[in-house]
Amino acid sequence: MTVATPPAPVRTAVERRPAEGPGRGIKPSGWTGLAFIAPNLLGVVAFTLIPLISVILLAFTDWNLVSGLGGIDFNGLDNFVAIARDPGFWNAVGLTLLYVGVSVPLTVVLGLALGIALNRPLPGRAVLRAAFFLPYIVNTVAIGMTWLMLMNPRSGLVNQTLDIFGISPGWFASSHWALPALIVMAVWGGVGYCSLIYLSALQDAPSQLYEAADIDGAGVWAKFRCITWPSLLPTTIFLAVTLTIGASQGFGLIALITSGGPGDSTTTISYYMYQTGFQFYRFGYASAIGLVTFAGVLVLTLLTWRAQRGRALND
Amino acid sequence: MTRTMTQQRAAKAKWYWGIPLWILAIAFLAPFAWMLSTALKQDVDAFRVPMQWIPDPAQWENFKTVLVGETSVLPAFGRSVLVALLRVAGELITATMAGYAFARMAFRGRDRLFLLYLATAIIPAQLLLVPRFIYFQRLGLYDTLWALILPGMFTVLGTFLMRQFFVSQPAEFAEAARMDGANEWQIFSRIYLPQAAPVLSALGILAFVWSWNDYETPLVLISSPDQYTLPLSLTNFVDEQGSIAPGLTMAASVVSIVPVLLVFVLLQRRFVAAMTHTGIK
Repeated sequence: MTVATPPAPVRTAVERRPAEGPGRGIKPSGWTGLAFIAPNLLGVVAFTLIPLISVILLAFTDWNLVSGLGGIDFNGLDNFVAIARDPGFWNAVGLTLLYVGVSVPLTVVLGLALGIALNRPLPGRAVLRAAFFLPYIVNTVAIGMTWLMLMNPRSGLVNQTLDIFGISPGWFASSHWALPALIVMAVWGGVGYCSLIYLSALQDAPSQLYEAADIDGAGVWAKFRCITWPSLLPTTIFLAVTLTIGASQGFGLIALITSGGPGDSTTTISYYMYQTGFQFYRFGYASAIGLVTFAGVLVLTLLTWRAQRGRALND
Repeated sequence: MTRTMTQQRAAKAKWYWGIPLWILAIAFLAPFAWMLSTALKQDVDAFRVPMQWIPDPAQWENFKTVLVGETSVLPAFGRSVLVALLRVAGELITATMAGYAFARMAFRGRDRLFLLYLATAIIPAQLLLVPRFIYFQRLGLYDTLWALILPGMFTVLGTFLMRQFFVSQPAEFAEAARMDGANEWQIFSRIYLPQAAPVLSALGILAFVWSWNDYETPLVLISSPDQYTLPLSLTNFVDEQGSIAPGLTMAASVVSIVPVLLVFVLLQRRFVAAMTHTGIK
């Protein structure tokens, strides 16, 4: 008798937690489980998975709209070699880095300041919070059209106001000011969202630590640096990553307002892909640009993630 | 005595921070005030210097033109409603069932399948536009509302959200029901589904706002004006040379904001919870 009967299951606190894997309370259900997933799965396969595989395959072809389905020719790494030599692509990469590199940190920092401010007792706090969040829920076209007119170089409200200080930028009419104008819009649109995310993180901040710090006579800055900032770090990383992905992938506003111009001063990488795919119908090349961009963002995200993990372990 | 003094000091501090923040908020909302003001102006007055905040006389005609005129946005409004309703309904049904199965049912290959879902969740929609454009053209669905509706009905993110919820539910419910002879469908629909109402409403709100505001997908997949959704139709009042009719464009923009604003005001707490818990726009 070598095989002992398994001991009767002891219910521990750990086991009582709802199981993640197939475990207690979950009966093997074979086809029923698949049937529950099937509607979603079929749709995901048809509209996400197959397009995903296609875009990867397309990136290795020189297919365009004119050549038709029969004209799909695999050309190996030609697209990627062409991308490496394409000055338009590198111009777009530079502009995207500038756009993302300025707008994301600015949005996150201002969002943090606003989140902390909105966390205090304030007159009409609920209304205040909603006010800053409003731009985030309004569609791109309504916002774009409004800002386009607000930033009219001659008679827009923005320059009417700036006139007091003797400056009048050309905004979307100038190749120097068009990207800064987009950055202003991005920051305005994202700050309220960030502050809201920070607000919900601040509610979980460790209040005993603040009390202890008060007893030790710590100042406002010391409390921020030693308690608030570290406890908000995961939120900051989350916001930095999601905003970076959003800012590097979106092309709607640029398509609406500048069409990448004046010149190519606002042709960010996502707009460059949109242009290549849907104005020149070079599907193969556009797919390759999309893949390269996605890979770039993915690497950036993973690096941020690892950096954060390193920090968390050191703390 | 000291108590009232601390209270007074707290009240003072409240305004000390409150006033600058209110000023900032008003500056922040100025673009919306400008939108509303311009929506009620004649085009010649839109760029008058100095700016006139209260239009006099108020040009209510703009809204009439936008709603019932020759280039009315109402048909596009209707199409946006239709697309949003079908997307929300489809996503809620398919994501709830799939999320429930991933969390509470056991079958072969479940965890591997879920890993596949995880992997596709990070794919940005923009990357899939080229192949979707080609497919929908082949399928004859390009330039129809189906091109917007179908992909939105089956989402990976919605499935995640629902799975996370169902995983957190106690298993005892199912055990007790099974003892009473309930089948799998009854356990799902009578026991777990009613618990999910808050999550369902959060997901529904997100899906609605996302669908309502989507501009990039229809920009690529819709080409005829008679298939335009609302965001596309806001450009109806821009002429060939690219000059914008300010009054009409802003009136149409106001119309496009009203539904999300209503959802936001009526369901603010749910709305904010949905946004902060998922971080998806």
